[in-house]
Amino acid sequence: MLKLPIYLDNNATTKPDPQVVEAMLPYFTEFYGNAASRNHSFGWKAEEAVDYARQQVADLINANSKEIIFTSGATESNNLAIKGVFEMYREKGNHIITVNIEHKAVLDTCRHLEKMGAEVTYLKPSIDGLVSIEQIKNAIKPETILITVMYANNEIGCINPIKEIGELAHQNNILFHTDATQAIGKIPVDVIADNIDLASFSGHKIYGPKGIGALYVRRKNPRVKVTSQIDGGGHERGMRSGTLNVTGIVGLGKACEIAGKQMAEESQRLSKLRDKLEAELLKLEETYLNGSITKRLPHVSNISFKYIEGEGLMMGVKDIAVSSGSACTSASLEPSYVLKNLGLDDELAHSSLRFGLGRFTTEEEIDYTIEHVKTAVTKLREMSPLWEMFKEGIDLKTVEWTEH
Amino acid sequence: MRVYLDNAATTPLDQEVVTAMTDVLSNYYGNPSAQHAIGRTAKGILEIARRNVAELINAKSSEIFFTSGGTEADNIVIRSAVTDLGVKNIITSPTEHHAVLHTAEEMNEKGMAVLHFVNINEKGEIDLENLEFLASKYPESLISIMHANNEIGTLSNLKTISAIAKKYHCIFHSDTVQTMGHYKIDVEELGIDFLVCSAHKFNGPKGTGFLYIKNIHKLKPMITGGGQEKNLRAGTENLHGIVGLAKALEISNKILDEKRKKIQSLKNLMINLIKEKIPQIGFNGLITENESLYTVLNVSVPPSPIGDMLLFKLDIEGVCASGGSACSSGSNKGSHVLAAIKHPEDRTGLRFSFGKFTTEKDIRFAVDKLQKILSE
Repeated sequence: MLKLPIYLDNNATTKPDPQVVEAMLPYFTEFYGNAASRNHSFGWKAEEAVDYARQQVADLINANSKEIIFTSGATESNNLAIKGVFEMYREKGNHIITVNIEHKAVLDTCRHLEKMGAEVTYLKPSIDGLVSIEQIKNAIKPETILITVMYANNEIGCINPIKEIGELAHQNNILFHTDATQAIGKIPVDVIADNIDLASFSGHKIYGPKGIGALYVRRKNPRVKVTSQIDGGGHERGMRSGTLNVTGIVGLGKACEIAGKQMAEESQRLSKLRDKLEAELLKLEETYLNGSITKRLPHVSNISFKYIEGEGLMMGVKDIAVSSGSACTSASLEPSYVLKNLGLDDELAHSSLRFGLGRFTTEEEIDYTIEHVKTAVTKLREMSPLWEMFKEGIDLKTVEWTEH
Repeated sequence: MRVYLDNAATTPLDQEVVTAMTDVLSNYYGNPSAQHAIGRTAKGILEIARRNVAELINAKSSEIFFTSGGTEADNIVIRSAVTDLGVKNIITSPTEHHAVLHTAEEMNEKGMAVLHFVNINEKGEIDLENLEFLASKYPESLISIMHANNEIGTLSNLKTISAIAKKYHCIFHSDTVQTMGHYKIDVEELGIDFLVCSAHKFNGPKGTGFLYIKNIHKLKPMITGGGQEKNLRAGTENLHGIVGLAKALEISNKILDEKRKKIQSLKNLMINLIKEKIPQIGFNGLITENESLYTVLNVSVPPSPIGDMLLFKLDIEGVCASGGSACSSGSNKGSHVLAAIKHPEDRTGLRFSFGKFTTEKDIRFAVDKLQKILSE
């Protein structure tokens, strides 16, 4: 029996895996110690759990467990990585290279640093959402200390040439940070092979709990250091103070372990479902796929339904939980800045929906989604004067609108 | 038998809190910023928790900002007071938690604000005359004084300090991590500008806390990004943690008097048993009922060959206590709090801290073991 609503917003957050919740529970009540309590067994037990989880997290990305710093989530990790590098390497230079379709946690942090004396280059990606090595190469200056480029985009799912960017960064003695929140646990991420110096990610995007995330900080070739942004007890090797969220960490560790085990099979299953959904929806007239079709996460599809507003469409498909942009900015009715920066006009950007499939998505749900989105689009267009004009062959761009 | 007397470091969770959180984890997993029904439900849960927390401390919902814990909240206050509110001087005590102390020191080192320490006596009490002197000399400062010291339990009178702060147009912040959920806290009555809370100190979850900001103050975010928490604190909200915090605070406030009476009598029992059975042991900080946090008892053990092994031996005997703050227990440096109250270096400071699950049996057991170890 199909249970409504259907959840297709797995890029915003995911439902914790029952195995994750189960793993967390004993650490609420039974092993509740403070991992920093070095003098008794409750503390040791908590520390042991943290160490185990740190290894689980490290294993997923081929890191050493000592290179994992726990934070409250990917936003904090991004802040720590970028501000922390800027403060630590300020004497070396002040230039940062990023891309204008990064997550707000990266963009707003870069903007903040501009006020503190940083110079930031915001590269414009191609229409498919990717940056090229050439673009980055041309942006490098003697003062460049950091390149921060997301592994995969949260709205359109496109995957950047991470390995090559990392290689370029290392050749130029520049640090490379990647916001890997959408990629880790979904596709293979290998910090060594990918030449990554710092990587941010969070638990709740990979069927773990909210309120927990991590920052990978490379310890060898080169040894990377970041200035802490939250001071206090000197936890996490001095890079992040505050009592460790033991249950959250246990949950993140378990989530990483499960993701690692299921990734190969799961990404195949999801891309098959995604492709089916996409192929069916693209059969509708004036419907366009956003972002790269080849270099893309297996579970994401971002589609523009021209002549319909995304919000209207979301209301039309109430039984399906999708998003018309990133959750973090969807409170505003502005069209997605990601799509706008890809060069889409406001109208097309406004009419887009992001379908984010996940571990609990079934084929039955996809079939239902196909049918309902198709019906809703057709119905909304029947009511739309713009659609009518389009069908009459009027080029909307030439129409002069009069204000009433 | 194993008794847990380290409740100032962290506490076990209430079953009711776990149940509330498990429900959110399993059933209400939406992102509160998402527009669809699942997201809006999550947003509703978030705002109900915020309202409940606000009511419990007599604040407005718009004055409650959820964070990852007390340390983050303290960092926001100290940093933002300097960068956003134009504070040039910080007046604090040498016995504050490192979350306040290290952040204030950093502001001082960077030349962004000047740090002034108020005098304290050997019981850890703030010299109020000296505080008033500093406030008059440096008006419009940030005064940051913790409500109860986490290591020795000495309480400060927030109302009195608040009055001093007002007189000299200072901003008053209090690290209330050790007292929230243990005392009735009313922000209106205290007339305070900022205070912080950490859920895991009162049988709530780790990884979540809040910052109270009096609504006249407008701060910029320390963690930038998606604009959550009215643009003060970016990052997807830790919904289950926040629900757990609200639940834990609600339960704590319901049983406040009863809990206080029970734990205070356990603390009195421990004081009396120690006085009677191990008279060579002294007490650090104030131990009188109204001047001292009822959940903490810090004792001073005379020099002995056991010395540093004392906590280890206690653990072997089944007693979990601490030498001071858990946050710095990994370092070899002695407690900065004990140093500040001039506790002799050759004596050992031991902190026993109690919670609502502590029993009389636990106390008797701990004193017996302590006596046994010291007489070996």
